[in-house]
Amino acid sequence: MDKQNIPYSVQIKALGLKFGEHKVLEDLNLDIHQGEFLVLLGSSGCGKSTLLNCIAGLLEISEGQLWIQGKNVTWLEPSERGIGMVFQSYALYPQMTVRGNLSFGLKNAKVPPAEIKKRIERAAEILQIQALLERKPAALSGGQRQRVAIGRALVRDVDVFLFDEPLSNLDAKLRTDLRVEIKRLHQQLQNTMIYVTHDQIEAMTLADRIAIMRGGKIMQLAAPAEIYNRPKNLYVADFIGSPSMNFIEGELQNGVFHSPAFTLNLQDYAFITSPSSGQKVVLGLRPEHILSGTQAATASQQITARIDLVEPMGSDTLVYAQVQGQKLRVRMDGQAQVTAGEMLSLGLQPERASVFDRSSEQRL
Amino acid sequence: MHAETLEPHGPKPKRHFSRTNIMLYGTLLLISIYYLMPLWVMVMTSLKGMPEVRLGHIFAPPIEVTFEPWVKAWSQACTGINCDGLSRGFWNSVQILIPSAVLSIMVASVNGYALANWKFKGSEVFFTILMLGAFIPYQIMIYPIVILLRELGLYGGLSGLVLVHTIFGMPILTLLFRNYFAGIPEELFKAARVDGAGFWRIYFRVLLPMSLPIFVVAIILQTTGIWNDFLFGVIYTKPDLYPMTVQLNNIVNSVQGVKEYNVNMAATLLTGAVPLLIYLVSGKLFVRGIAAGAVKG
Repeated sequence: MDKQNIPYSVQIKALGLKFGEHKVLEDLNLDIHQGEFLVLLGSSGCGKSTLLNCIAGLLEISEGQLWIQGKNVTWLEPSERGIGMVFQSYALYPQMTVRGNLSFGLKNAKVPPAEIKKRIERAAEILQIQALLERKPAALSGGQRQRVAIGRALVRDVDVFLFDEPLSNLDAKLRTDLRVEIKRLHQQLQNTMIYVTHDQIEAMTLADRIAIMRGGKIMQLAAPAEIYNRPKNLYVADFIGSPSMNFIEGELQNGVFHSPAFTLNLQDYAFITSPSSGQKVVLGLRPEHILSGTQAATASQQITARIDLVEPMGSDTLVYAQVQGQKLRVRMDGQAQVTAGEMLSLGLQPERASVFDRSSEQRL
Repeated sequence: MHAETLEPHGPKPKRHFSRTNIMLYGTLLLISIYYLMPLWVMVMTSLKGMPEVRLGHIFAPPIEVTFEPWVKAWSQACTGINCDGLSRGFWNSVQILIPSAVLSIMVASVNGYALANWKFKGSEVFFTILMLGAFIPYQIMIYPIVILLRELGLYGGLSGLVLVHTIFGMPILTLLFRNYFAGIPEELFKAARVDGAGFWRIYFRVLLPMSLPIFVVAIILQTTGIWNDFLFGVIYTKPDLYPMTVQLNNIVNSVQGVKEYNVNMAATLLTGAVPLLIYLVSGKLFVRGIAAGAVKG
């Protein structure tokens, strides 16, 4: 089969999942390209792991279809779908050696021993676990265990990799290291990867596209930069970015945003739909898009704020400020010398802001 | 030790005869003596000859040690018409115990595995019904089972008794295994499914190797339960096939002739030896398994 002719690797068509009367997922559609790294991102209970389990075939879906590599796999067993899966708790078989763990799936599939040996060697080399092959999982560190778990998916020579929060059980340092390794692995293998996480940094750094989920629905599906710069709705805007976006409630009048604290001319802002005058809106400003210090003057509009609290974080400094009772979070340079109580001149950039309708919570 | 070293430094010195320790070990010692006293009397009596037993010094060690009562209890004591001692009952009990324990543990472990990991429609209802069985006093089922065994043509034979033990072991053993398997992370089971393992392969290759403690618990429960059973043994078998407990009762409660206390004691010790041995050999694993099975419900 010529893979070039298959535009999509995984297709989810009108998928629905019910537990009794409770609808967990409803009419969900998602097309994932060949070789794409897709991240399902959301807070706990949003249905992202459930969706992944449906793709894997570990949960039986109530409605719709699943296609993998141009084949309808809706009724197939997990092992017949051409997927490999990596779990949060590693899920290594405790009584088998690393080699036993890697070969278990292949033995089940009746792969000849010589081929098994070859594939294990290749996977071990890619993941740098050659020295660990004869050890039991109990004798491995967390990072090594997760590497073996990835290896178990790798040896199966599958088209699609599924990751279910693979780094959540690791400590911060290791998480960063393994994140880079997963990205490198994707560059090297060019497989389709679907990755579930609640960590927005993992999502932003790894993904070709991110699907942000909430209550079983996809709130926005786009490239990380698009999601960061042009969030489609208030939920996505609030969810992505740390510290999160500043939201200021106000009104639009002739292309100018009015709030009790300040006004902002939005003539440089790219509206998707032209707003009506007097429309109630929420203005979103990312802390890092509010300019301060010498840069403040370069922005098209300036305001003055009083500093309430300063959080120096080394690489940058987070300032909690106030303009006429309106609270603002501002991210400043790490070397900035500011103290609470000072007045600060800030520059606002309407072209980098987000404007949402207050009732529909959609981007304007 | 110099006075200046009294300045607190390093580990705090421990007092061996603190009030707490005396209380603690004193209580433990007292309780141990209380529980070990009957055993002491039994062992001592079983090693005495009848003239010495008649003296009535039950706590005193034997003046003249004799193993005669043990030999008699094992191979000569009369139970009803047979006078070949407990040995016949012992072998009957072995023939009952091994198939009953093996069969019930095998079936119950698969039951528990299916109920924990392969939820099917009505599996919870099925489990509830099975659990109900654990709470019904089995005395009320004695007569129906007599009829059932008669209809099956198994009444009075060992295989009928094996069947009864297997069925009555099911509720509690299934509960035990289900809870143990439910405590194993679900992701392990999912990983095995992605790896293409089916129902039996997951059971044998993934779950069984990590379930030794719970199997030990089941073996101990079944061995003691079946070995110590008296009621089913006396009802569902006939004199030639009586298990050891029934034979022991017949020896001890025989109303004819002289009461041979030394033989009775030896016979009782012999009958209790098997469960005791099992417990001593696997005690550590037993405690671990009970704890493991108890965590998740």
